[in-house]
Amino acid sequence: MRRPFVLLAALPLLATSACGFLGSDEEADIQVYSARHYDLEQAFEGFTEETGLTVEFLNGDDDELLERLKAEGEDTPADVFITVDAGMLWNAAEQGQLATMDSPVLEEAVPADLRDPEGRWAGLAMRARTVVYDPEAVDPSELDPTDTYAALGDPRWRGRVCMRDETASYTQSLVASLIDLHGRERAQEIVESWVANDVQIMSNDVELLETIDAGGCDLGISNHYYLARMLEEDPDFGVALYWASQEGEGVHVNISGAGVVEGSDAPEDAQRLIEWLATDGQSQFVDGNHEFPVNPDVEPEELIAGFGDFERMPVDAAAYGSLNAEAVEVLDEAGYR
Amino acid sequence: MTVLLARRVGGAGRPGWSLLVLLVAAAVASPVAGVSGYAVAQGGVRAPSGTGAMIVTTAVLLGLVAAGTAVLGTGLAWLVTAYDFPLRRTLGWLLVLPLAMPAYILGFVYLSTFDYAGPVQSWLRSVLGDDLGIGVSGIPVRSIGGAAVVLVLTLYPYVYLMTRAALAETAPTAHDAARSLGAGPGRAFRTVLLPLVRPSLAAGLALVMMETLTDFATVQYFGVRTLSVGVYLAWKGSFDVGSAIAVAVLVLVAAVVVLAVERLLRGRARYSQRGGRGRGLAQRRLTGFRAAAATGTALLVVALAFGLPVLRLGVWAATALADDPGAVVDERFVDHLGSSVSVAAVVAGTCVLVSLLMAHALRLGGGRVVRGAAQVTTFGYAVPGAVVGIGVLVVFQAADDALVALGAEGGTGLLATGSVLGVLAAYVVRFTGPAYQAVDASFSRVPPTVTQSALALGAGPIRLLSRVHLPLVRPGVAVAFTLVVVDAVKELPLVLLLRPFGFTTLSVWVYELASENFWERAALPALLIVALALVPVALLNRSARPVDPMARVGG
Repeated sequence: MRRPFVLLAALPLLATSACGFLGSDEEADIQVYSARHYDLEQAFEGFTEETGLTVEFLNGDDDELLERLKAEGEDTPADVFITVDAGMLWNAAEQGQLATMDSPVLEEAVPADLRDPEGRWAGLAMRARTVVYDPEAVDPSELDPTDTYAALGDPRWRGRVCMRDETASYTQSLVASLIDLHGRERAQEIVESWVANDVQIMSNDVELLETIDAGGCDLGISNHYYLARMLEEDPDFGVALYWASQEGEGVHVNISGAGVVEGSDAPEDAQRLIEWLATDGQSQFVDGNHEFPVNPDVEPEELIAGFGDFERMPVDAAAYGSLNAEAVEVLDEAGYR
Repeated sequence: MTVLLARRVGGAGRPGWSLLVLLVAAAVASPVAGVSGYAVAQGGVRAPSGTGAMIVTTAVLLGLVAAGTAVLGTGLAWLVTAYDFPLRRTLGWLLVLPLAMPAYILGFVYLSTFDYAGPVQSWLRSVLGDDLGIGVSGIPVRSIGGAAVVLVLTLYPYVYLMTRAALAETAPTAHDAARSLGAGPGRAFRTVLLPLVRPSLAAGLALVMMETLTDFATVQYFGVRTLSVGVYLAWKGSFDVGSAIAVAVLVLVAAVVVLAVERLLRGRARYSQRGGRGRGLAQRRLTGFRAAAATGTALLVVALAFGLPVLRLGVWAATALADDPGAVVDERFVDHLGSSVSVAAVVAGTCVLVSLLMAHALRLGGGRVVRGAAQVTTFGYAVPGAVVGIGVLVVFQAADDALVALGAEGGTGLLATGSVLGVLAAYVVRFTGPAYQAVDASFSRVPPTVTQSALALGAGPIRLLSRVHLPLVRPGVAVAFTLVVVDAVKELPLVLLLRPFGFTTLSVWVYELASENFWERAALPALLIVALALVPVALLNRSARPVDPMARVGG
């Protein structure tokens, strides 16, 4: 009768012994939770070469990493939290997970709207969510330069537009920015006009671009770097980029950014890494993914510089962060799916 | 007459064994309870808009997938056990393989193959013209129908495995008697075999429906707004898991309904067979057109559910390798592979052992509470993975704090995420469900008289387990082991959420690439997951193979 209990008691021991060979290596100087997965290693190697500080990182989904930080509290091994959404940065700060950085370096390197006024996070890479089109089917002069996003609800685009699904944070933060700009009622009308235009919903941006290339849609909304990636592989890829709303509020942008974790045991080193990423490490951090540097002194890589200069909508992290739930409601109520 | 109405072994049971079941149930339920308590404590529980419509969509999808997998899974299991046709043996195990394909890969592969820009529609356009000759601009693949087809093709192996194991354990006498007394093959199947496989069919369907309930990848790709999409939207929208708990609880309620229906499906009557484990049916050899049709059907299913995605992934992997081998072959891939293998082996061993002990304990008696507790252990499988992960995190952290409060120096030091322990615990919470379903279904075919006789003849519970029950339920144990290994190798949300620094599995590796749309580079590790999952499937094939004709002659 006792033996199964002995067996059962042995299980955790078995598991622990498994941990012996499964456990992690020696701890690095700086430990990073990151929702950004592109070529981080390369950038961190550059940092280690310059400073001698070692960095290790753990990739994950940003919402889940935030919950993990909250659950771990003071015990967290993490020193830096890198995420891919301004709203997420704002929420991480609001939920008390990010420490204040007092950093003249960041104030100098990062434009004011791309960092927290209280110094709890700073943007490090910028992406634009703009209109992409098939040059054989669309003349860019047909697009409304004052409010390009809203004008996609014009009946002339009926059945011709592709967009991303409502689960994409890209869609949510675009709609949150529309609510911020125009108010909820107008934002609702805009989304409804898209739906009335039989917008085709896609599950990812690459699929969206390929559908435009294949002739399934004439235009759509995509992150600029997915198009850059397609053009890098195939310079003849049949989709072109249009900077949205250049005579209006500017193109919608969002940022990847970072903050020092509240429970970090190496906050100075963590801040140093973030400062380095915003200055000397900018190109290494953004170029691998064809993103725009946040630091105005750093040039974007050639491929995306070829898209031309653009005016951007100011990033209102508090709005993106607090209006996201409302954006999901607007999308649902408009029947966007 | 070999079929008799089985009754449970009565009595209050043995307190020690009953306690074991209660402990396991409490351990499995604690993360779900923990995360709910945490959400309530944070005060942020509310249902997002459109929840009503989500419930309807979820119910429709569940119905479609259940019907599809029941027909496909049982039909194929019946085909390969009751008939003999060319390639039967090979197809018998090939049909299990779709199980090895993670949903987050399959959804994308299917969509990218069949949507507008994919090769199938591109080819159709080139042949039939831009309007496909029927005046449409494209075939709407992204729909609830598309999602149901993909889910049926990937989930039918649960039903197939369970019912095939049941048919393999079936003694042929009743079926043979029915046939010799004039029942046609259809009637013999309906009236004699179906009641015997019913517990297994129900167990398989319950797993299928829980997978469907918690699936996020496929429904997201196909734009179907189920409750698990609701969990995700509520969580993403508010940047707080608390808001998602209300919907996660709805998913759990739906699972409870599914399990209740399963119990109803199993019926009040419990059939078992006299003489213990049977040796399977005599196979009828098919010839000519019928043989070709049988082989063709099975081949078609394998080709669609397994061949196509593997082919797509293979082409991508080859493209990526030809392009830049350095970007594809990571030097740490041996580590990743090792992590996946070790975790899967430890977890599968634990889950199977726990399930076996529980099913055995129930056999020894115990009241309604104990039976209910056993059912609770399957709930970990019925809540979206990420929610279970947060639950484990919360529970471990609470345990940590409690240890500190009790004066343990520094607590246990990050019990959950500082080691692999959290990952292992979460996996066991999640995968005890499928293991228990498989083992329990096998137990239900063991007549209570066998248990009673052994006890009456003086066998202790341990001896009863090792000498009587275990040999009789071996096919169920083999199925359970396979299911857990395959599930554990492809599992993503838990390991992503709970792993310590420096610990990466194959599935995490695929995720890191696939989440950024680097599908060509993700293809090779994805194929490795499939290859790894093939190992237990091959072992299962050896241990639970339908009876060998030679052995029948000898035995």
